[in-house]
Amino acid sequence: MSLETIVSSTLSPHMLSAFAGFVLPPGSTSIFNPAGTPAHSIFSLSMLVLSITGGVFVVVGGLLLYALLRYRHRTNDPGSNEEPQQIYGSTQIELSWTVIPVLIVVMLFLATARIIFATQDAPKPQNALDVTVVGHQFWWEFRYPKFGVVTANELHIPASDAQTHTPAYLSMISADTDHSFWVPRLAGKTDVIPNRVNTMWIDADTPGLYLGQCAQYCGLEHAKMLLRVYAQTPADFAAWVAHQQQPALEDPSVAEGRAVFEHNACISCHTVRGTVATGTFGPDLTHLASRDTIASGSVPLTRDNLHEFIANPASFKPGVLMPPMHLNDHDLDLVTDYLMTLK
Amino acid sequence: MATQTAPLPLTEPSRRPATAVLHEWITTVDHKKIGLMYIGYALLFLVVGGVEAMLMRIQLIRPENHFLSPLVFNQLFTMHGTTMIFFVAMPVLFGFGNYLVPLMIGARDMAFPRLNAFSFWVSVFAGFLLYFSYIGGNGLYGGGGAPDVGWWAYAPLTSKVFSPGHSSDYWTLSILLAGIGSIGTAINIIATVVSMRCRGMTAYRMPLLVWLYAVMSGLVLVAISPLTAAQIMLLLDRYLGSHFFDTQAGGSAVLWMHYFWIFGHPEVYVLILPVFAFMNEIVPVFSRKAIFGYPAMVAASVGIGFVSVSVWAHHMFTVGMTSAGNTFFVLASMVIAVPTGIKIFNWLGTIWGGKVQFRVPMMFSIGFLFQFLIAGLTGIMLAVAPFDWQLNNSYFVVAHFHYVIVGGILFSLFAAFYYWYPKMTGRMMSERLGKWHFWLFLIGFHATFDPMHFVGLDGMVRRTFTYPMDRGWGHLNAVISIGAFIQAIATLVFVYNLVHSYFKGAPAGPDPWDAWTLEWSTQSPPPAYNFAVAPTVESRRPLWDLKHPEDPDTLYE
Repeated sequence: MSLETIVSSTLSPHMLSAFAGFVLPPGSTSIFNPAGTPAHSIFSLSMLVLSITGGVFVVVGGLLLYALLRYRHRTNDPGSNEEPQQIYGSTQIELSWTVIPVLIVVMLFLATARIIFATQDAPKPQNALDVTVVGHQFWWEFRYPKFGVVTANELHIPASDAQTHTPAYLSMISADTDHSFWVPRLAGKTDVIPNRVNTMWIDADTPGLYLGQCAQYCGLEHAKMLLRVYAQTPADFAAWVAHQQQPALEDPSVAEGRAVFEHNACISCHTVRGTVATGTFGPDLTHLASRDTIASGSVPLTRDNLHEFIANPASFKPGVLMPPMHLNDHDLDLVTDYLMTLK
Repeated sequence: MATQTAPLPLTEPSRRPATAVLHEWITTVDHKKIGLMYIGYALLFLVVGGVEAMLMRIQLIRPENHFLSPLVFNQLFTMHGTTMIFFVAMPVLFGFGNYLVPLMIGARDMAFPRLNAFSFWVSVFAGFLLYFSYIGGNGLYGGGGAPDVGWWAYAPLTSKVFSPGHSSDYWTLSILLAGIGSIGTAINIIATVVSMRCRGMTAYRMPLLVWLYAVMSGLVLVAISPLTAAQIMLLLDRYLGSHFFDTQAGGSAVLWMHYFWIFGHPEVYVLILPVFAFMNEIVPVFSRKAIFGYPAMVAASVGIGFVSVSVWAHHMFTVGMTSAGNTFFVLASMVIAVPTGIKIFNWLGTIWGGKVQFRVPMMFSIGFLFQFLIAGLTGIMLAVAPFDWQLNNSYFVVAHFHYVIVGGILFSLFAAFYYWYPKMTGRMMSERLGKWHFWLFLIGFHATFDPMHFVGLDGMVRRTFTYPMDRGWGHLNAVISIGAFIQAIATLVFVYNLVHSYFKGAPAGPDPWDAWTLEWSTQSPPPAYNFAVAPTVESRRPLWDLKHPEDPDTLYE
């Protein structure tokens, strides 16, 4: 049983969550609420680190407090005007308070190194899911090369269970400035950098929605580049993939809206698979209406929000790179209705 | 032998025309005047940087606030960081160094007085150049031209493509100039310490403040050069078609990070070493005991200087270095905790067995000791790379470094102000106002920076102009913002104390604290020539030997 496990089971996560809960509501992004293997091992290690540093604080801080109180200058003492005995040092004491910290450092270093290698150099299992992540100002592109699926901002992965461990291996690169992929409950963050591919892996203990956001300042709307990871049962995930692989739904009742979309500049930036829209500068819209949010997770996907976003993207995210499309109200309604059918 | 000269009677200074006074200060090469100008300049920018912080905290007081636009917020955090590091912390520390180092070694001035003046004025120009960007730059969506790329100015955000106009250039040029000023002062300090010590002052009899300023200066020389090189490369990228950091043409974003942090990490040790220096002088005097373990303190200081250049990539644990690379930087970052811890233990050893006087300089020093301890411990937490993979770029890091810079450096600077103000002006600062300053600032500091750790642990990312409503961070952020206002009020009390005491403070005399180093042997303020007779010393505490001829330090060294 590892040292971290011993410590972390003593200082139960419930204690810490309970304390955190006093101060903050149950953390949807708390690092003390791990739900994936990397996050769990980091949590155990952090319990060890916190106990050591907490112990040092209590001991050293306690000694300081004691010294300040015990050795305070008392004016009513006899001999209070005399200087205290001058002590210039003590080799034994100084040696011991050098050696003990060195031992603590060695121990902490070894515990840390173990987790670094276990996480970064974990062998990739055969059934791992491959996802390519492309960071953009200010949205996330997700590509599933083996399935031919491209989507945006909402990452779907299969959840692991007790029998099968199904990690998702993310190969990440940026299309413009530095970003960072951080979903605290699942794993630590890894930066998403242009001209450099970084890889990390995540897995989820249980199906659910895990929140995160870009964690490297990338420009004006860095604060609104949010992340949503949907961990699904293997069956649900397979169904999701199958659906995403379909080309765009064709609903004849919105044919006019589709015509507006295809005759405007929309198609230069966006892809709707199965149509003439093949732009790659902006998010893939083939199954836009199957997502829960727009504007990279910052507002829910409702007809009204979509309408406002198309009319003026800057109303939600000033500085977002999509320009206002200057459609008249009629065309705007048509396009919005069309996009809402792209489930 | 150092002599106690009779204090000059405090008479009204004879009226001279304002132009003559101005001319004297602008053309001075006297280390004391230059030191005071550095300090005054830093105080001005402290207020400016503080206002920038308060504006940000108003924006963040509740989620989805609309007090500031994203652009203005992003400019503010860039300017706040740049200002506080380069135009507050560096100048104020160089100011104290300039003032104190020659006095503490019994010298008449610095080794190169004209280089001293040049370094100061180039730094001043740099600060005003940066702020000129608010009105002088162009190309930023109508928000004025102040840089908005963060104080690390990561590539490729600073490339022409992503930062059109000149805002980034103001950042680059002003820091480049400030760096030249810093290098000049560093050379000056080293030359002074090496060649201008008074008779009898061997290296092992130098006050620890002098040791620490020497190490700090060496570190400045090592650290500023890579930053200057990187800035020149950035300018070449932006204007002459090179692609060092231009990722769209094969350049490397990570290369900028390495260059920046090879500067950036030693830089924070540049800031903390003089602070250790102040504590090494103040804590013994108010504990009435010699510093515990002088040789270990020297070794720890030099050791910290050397190790600090090997830890820089702990700022880059998340950029995708190999496991071996990450592990090396974990080890180096933990190793540096050992000499730093030794210093804290030695201060504890100094206090132990002493007679602690809770005057204002000591109160701030005690605040420093506890807060620096906590800051060091959160630093060790962050040195654990996997923990940093979670917490890098979160508010936990912001809390950590503000604990170091405000809880450590600023508290210690306040102590230094109250301690050396009598020497610099001949007047004592008000003890009563000092206590108000201390308690208000302590409360405000903890109200702001303690909760910040928790929102960071809960996943709040830094450099964000707002945060979602549904994360539950609103209450803690409100507390954080209120603490900022309390600190602002405390700072106003301090500034008032500085000004009021200059005119109405009690006369200080040469040695109001009953201290032991050479600066207390001359008048307050010292005459232009510092010492009427060049001193000769025989121990580390020449004034202790004079005051205690029956038990001088020379018996124990």
